[in-house]
Amino acid sequence: MTETMQPAEAAERNVGARRLRKEDPRLVTGQTLWTDNIQLPGMLHVAVLRSPHAHARITGIDVSPARQRDGVIAAFSGADLADQWGSLPTAWTVSEDLVTPDHLPLATDEVRYVGDGVAVVVAEERYQAADALEAIEIDYEPLPVVLDMPAALADGAPLVHADKGTNRCFTYSLTSGDYEAAKARADVVIKRSYINQRLIPNAMEPRAVVAAAQPATGEVTVWSATQVPHFVRVFLALVAGIPEQKIRVIAPDVGGGFGSKLDVYAEEIILPVLARKLGRPVKWNETRSENYQATIHGRDLIQDVEIAATRDGKALGLAVDLTADMGAYLQLLTPSIPLLGRYMYPGIYKFEAHTFNCTGVFTNKTPTDAYRGAGRPEATFVIERIMDELAAELDMDPIELRRRNWIQHAALPYTTVAGLRSGSGNYEAATERALQLLGYDELRAEQRERRERNDTVQIGIGTSTYTEMCGLAPSRWLGEVGYVAGGWEAAAVRMLPTGRVEVVTGTSPHGQGHVTTFAQIAADALGVPFEDIDVIHGDTATAPAGLDTYGSRSLAVGGIAVLRAAEKVVDKARLLAGHLMEADPADIEFAGGSFRVRGTPGAEKSIQELAFAAFTAHNLPVGFEPLLAGDSVVDPDTFSFPHGTHLCAVEVDTETGQTKIRTYVAVDDVGKVVNPLIVEGQVHGGVAQGIAQALFEEAVYDAAGNLVTGSMVDYLVPAPPDLPTLVTDRTETPATTNPLGVKGVGEAGTIASTPAVVNAVVDALRPFGVTDVRMPCTPERVWRAIRAGGSGGDRAPGGTVAYGGPQTSTTAGGAQ
Amino acid sequence: MVRIRTTVDGVVREDDVEPRLLLVHYLRDRLGKVGTPVGCDTSNCGACTVLLDGMSVKSCSVLAAQADGCAVMTIEGLSGGSGDGEWHPVQRAFHEQHALQCGFCTPGMIMASVDLLGNNPDPTEQEVRDGLEGNLCRCTGYQNIVRAVQSAAAEMRGERARPEAEAEADAEAEPQGVTA
Repeated sequence: MTETMQPAEAAERNVGARRLRKEDPRLVTGQTLWTDNIQLPGMLHVAVLRSPHAHARITGIDVSPARQRDGVIAAFSGADLADQWGSLPTAWTVSEDLVTPDHLPLATDEVRYVGDGVAVVVAEERYQAADALEAIEIDYEPLPVVLDMPAALADGAPLVHADKGTNRCFTYSLTSGDYEAAKARADVVIKRSYINQRLIPNAMEPRAVVAAAQPATGEVTVWSATQVPHFVRVFLALVAGIPEQKIRVIAPDVGGGFGSKLDVYAEEIILPVLARKLGRPVKWNETRSENYQATIHGRDLIQDVEIAATRDGKALGLAVDLTADMGAYLQLLTPSIPLLGRYMYPGIYKFEAHTFNCTGVFTNKTPTDAYRGAGRPEATFVIERIMDELAAELDMDPIELRRRNWIQHAALPYTTVAGLRSGSGNYEAATERALQLLGYDELRAEQRERRERNDTVQIGIGTSTYTEMCGLAPSRWLGEVGYVAGGWEAAAVRMLPTGRVEVVTGTSPHGQGHVTTFAQIAADALGVPFEDIDVIHGDTATAPAGLDTYGSRSLAVGGIAVLRAAEKVVDKARLLAGHLMEADPADIEFAGGSFRVRGTPGAEKSIQELAFAAFTAHNLPVGFEPLLAGDSVVDPDTFSFPHGTHLCAVEVDTETGQTKIRTYVAVDDVGKVVNPLIVEGQVHGGVAQGIAQALFEEAVYDAAGNLVTGSMVDYLVPAPPDLPTLVTDRTETPATTNPLGVKGVGEAGTIASTPAVVNAVVDALRPFGVTDVRMPCTPERVWRAIRAGGSGGDRAPGGTVAYGGPQTSTTAGGAQ
Repeated sequence: MVRIRTTVDGVVREDDVEPRLLLVHYLRDRLGKVGTPVGCDTSNCGACTVLLDGMSVKSCSVLAAQADGCAVMTIEGLSGGSGDGEWHPVQRAFHEQHALQCGFCTPGMIMASVDLLGNNPDPTEQEVRDGLEGNLCRCTGYQNIVRAVQSAAAEMRGERARPEAEAEADAEAEPQGVTA
């Protein structure tokens, strides 16, 4: 801890306090600036015509009839604009064999998923643009569609990209230890195949883009509902050939992202190009149904896993084989998402050997990309599900099995079998607390009692003792694994003449409360009131350096940059204080916003007084630059590693298949907490999204490649009555890798919760011989599993989400 | 075109509108009332909820023409029209209970909650959840929204003063302070 982190005396501690959010007053009164709220003089509206075919050749297109429609200013086909841009970017070359298809913002000769953009109309009004789409004449020659991953990998499969000669996007392997030797020594080997279903992120604000150009100077300003304005700027420059310094990208109020706005989308290229071409501002705002087709999806993996263990519950080896659906194209991070979990499959356990293989596959579906947790929920799902399966096979309590295998806290940090040097933590303590809060032993007793009397309502308890790696940073690592950018983060802290403070961050919040959290950090570091600090973000003109918000990185990377910048301000102020009080700066003490000369009562300057003195610059030390400001760019050495124990108790009605969450306990260790109110909110929302995957949500396509769950009518985003009230608590093991001791919390709840819920459902059904229920565990699937065993089958019989092949096999005795 | 006369957040408006124009687009694109957002196109999400003659409606599933002769209140009118007036207890409770994160669903949540509390001044947790079934939030998991609505209800019933620092006395357990 630095001196500035411990303001003495009366100074109020902000870090750790439940500060109410600075963001709220505008949001609760409707004084918002969502991108779709922006109205500019002369602004036109853009609508995008999208392919109704999952795979087809465009044999003819004529946009001229649309130009005759009322209010229409312009209409362009993909071919009309093909000289305006190159391919949309993919920023992560995950392997040497990565296949990266061309991906123009508007298709020119072939469409590859339902929703692929083919033409645009620009009109005076929103409705006119939408109406005129129907006037565009376009002929398609349907091509064979491939939707199922194993089918796509089979010989002779129709190709999504014929010029690439394969639907295989990449292969990746990681091997540690001798898995076959471990397996040979095992008493028990369990093999399972899990489906981590395709999800639709559903940020409540659909995407929107506004662009305005000044043709005389070549400047263009883009407002976008994005998590990553800095990425949009640099890639707009590269894709459309616009000089980067002429581009300003603003992420105004952004209504959630969950990874779906961590991307560079076609419309973020199309709109600025149209604004420059037409010389008028343009706006595009997607409808929700359009969002379901044209904004990325998440997950969508087949996960084959095998665990080898001794009869007394010592886990020896873990083999993981993933098949990951890329969809039709690669978006910004598409191929990297399943691999972001590459080190997480062994979880918190001590394995001797581990293999990890992943194959990326193209299909005629909406591209996948980051969705909350991005690769790590998928990993946690596999390891926590298979640990419960192993416990059942060994007839051992699942908590006891975990105790026998997890890394004791005294051994942390520990290099896991996957080669990851994990951070601080205490798995035992978090688990102990969660067991207390749940009333684990009582629930087990009730479970036994209900089983004995064949109650129609059975209860199940699911466990998830997760860890994750987040705080996406180390630039060196990102470079080693083929990422095009770094992982640093920038901040600036400026004392203004009146003593108020501006904090500039390169992160770009969309609901996480950075303005509040970063003001708390700066308030303590500078000793100024929380109320006197504002935070500037999300605009490449006012926060020019930054790598934005995703991967639970904003606090653990961006927050540290704010702290470092504030410390530089204090260091500079100390020099000025020494000069003005005629003392050696080494004799100056700083606490609670005041500089005092050690041993000289009464000699005192506040940081606000010094800010004014540095502004007037009337009397500064030699070589001291005017103004009291500091900036910092932080690039951590490693990730951060939140962990925790989530326990879920469900009641399953065996007559209807209905699952009800009775109690959900989340004990998370996210290190030091800056604002408990915000952290609890992140846990609530994260767990809700994980529960949603377990019980409710699934993107379903029909055999022709139409998205059957094409709107909120058909895709079940949970509503208030669908979710339980959570019991949350924390253990607090400070991170040792940063001066605030923080770890990040944005993704933890989602990473932890899905397997806890599914484990609970399966636990309730074990007396019926059920070893898996495919997600989402709908009443129908649960009911089918109870009656027929297996995993409950597919949601859409005859549809294309059906992944064939054997579901489970157990090679050692004891199976029911 | 249809001639309509409405009172929106206390101001009388008279306009010619296309028969098909949705109330939410009339509010946003014609009147500049952009505090009410649009989150879906199937009337599922409730982000666009406003009060029409005191009853909550999803303004994406009401035609502007249907609002003829009605009083419309949006989130912008709830605190006296200017936004810097005295907040409604529900607005205050959403802030104090951390019932919003990104804030996109918040205008609709607040307007639906105001209507809910008008019908049921002392709702149970389940009644709050059922009453807000038509409003979706992706950030909060609804837990703090439920707390906020119940907290606002208590204040509106006069059972306690404005809960300035209720968050401090929150029921969440304290961290165990475990160190490695």
